[in-house]
Amino acid sequence: MDAAVFLISAAIVLAGAGGVLVARNPVHAALFLVQTLFGVAVLFVLQDATFLAAVQVIVYAGAVVILFLFVIMLLGVDRAEDLGVEPIVGQRPVAAAVGASLLGMLLIALLVSVDGPTGAHGANAPLGDAADNTRRLGEALFTDHVFAVELTAILLTVAVIGAVVLARRVRGPLAPLPIVVVASVADDGAQGDDGPPDVTEATGGDDEGEGA
Amino acid sequence: MVVTTSWYLALAAALFSMGAVGLLTRRNPLIMIMCVELMLNAVNLTFVSLGSELGDLGGQLSVFFVLVVAASEVVVGLAVIVAIMRRRQGATVDDLSVLAG
Repeated sequence: MDAAVFLISAAIVLAGAGGVLVARNPVHAALFLVQTLFGVAVLFVLQDATFLAAVQVIVYAGAVVILFLFVIMLLGVDRAEDLGVEPIVGQRPVAAAVGASLLGMLLIALLVSVDGPTGAHGANAPLGDAADNTRRLGEALFTDHVFAVELTAILLTVAVIGAVVLARRVRGPLAPLPIVVVASVADDGAQGDDGPPDVTEATGGDDEGEGA
Repeated sequence: MVVTTSWYLALAAALFSMGAVGLLTRRNPLIMIMCVELMLNAVNLTFVSLGSELGDLGGQLSVFFVLVVAASEVVVGLAVIVAIMRRRQGATVDDLSVLAG
């Protein structure tokens, strides 16, 4: 049963990824991306990561891909792209070689480790079953990793502000805009005394997340 | 047949490689960001697989933070693309060589 679910969703995932690679129309690529993300969500369920499966569908398929589609529609780039031309000579063979060697290296690393991945079993954060996955994840996030969670909040705030500043439509000549924006942001930071440090803290948040 | 962790890792390796190939071959910046998302998903799959293999919640916690970072990366990346596309309709990444030395 597990093997059947795995094989079917693996086929869905890989087909979606292939679709993103070869789709000529960006809208089709976004829809293939949804296919891949749903396949990965199924694989998360198969491994009892039920909360992450739900978040995967909500955040990726529900928010990120919709954002992609909004931008595609907004910019009017939803026309087919000519994939026949190769802008840099030899780009595709080299890319294929890089991809094949990457895959080869990873698979060799897997095959060499005969018993599969090994390592010390987790002691401080035991993995529950699917039923209490969300509770355990929440407890771990808001007790042991609460500082990292707050840093991600700062990161998201910085990202939103950055997106608004970048995508703002400018009236009149374009040249003075960056200076004005940078100056006003620097002024705010000087007054509140937490402008620039936020950025460094937010990048520290990534490290916290990976180390968690 | 028993699905072992190695199966998941092999699938994640394939997904990561496909994302890398897409990133290297496609010229539309939107599709390039989609390929980055594919690679991030491959890594997420690895985290969850190893987490369940070792019985540790840390893998899933890492995926949570990767999701947040991926979301903010998409937001900023798409804002940059919108800003560029307003100036130059239909620009591909090969046209954006202004900063080349």
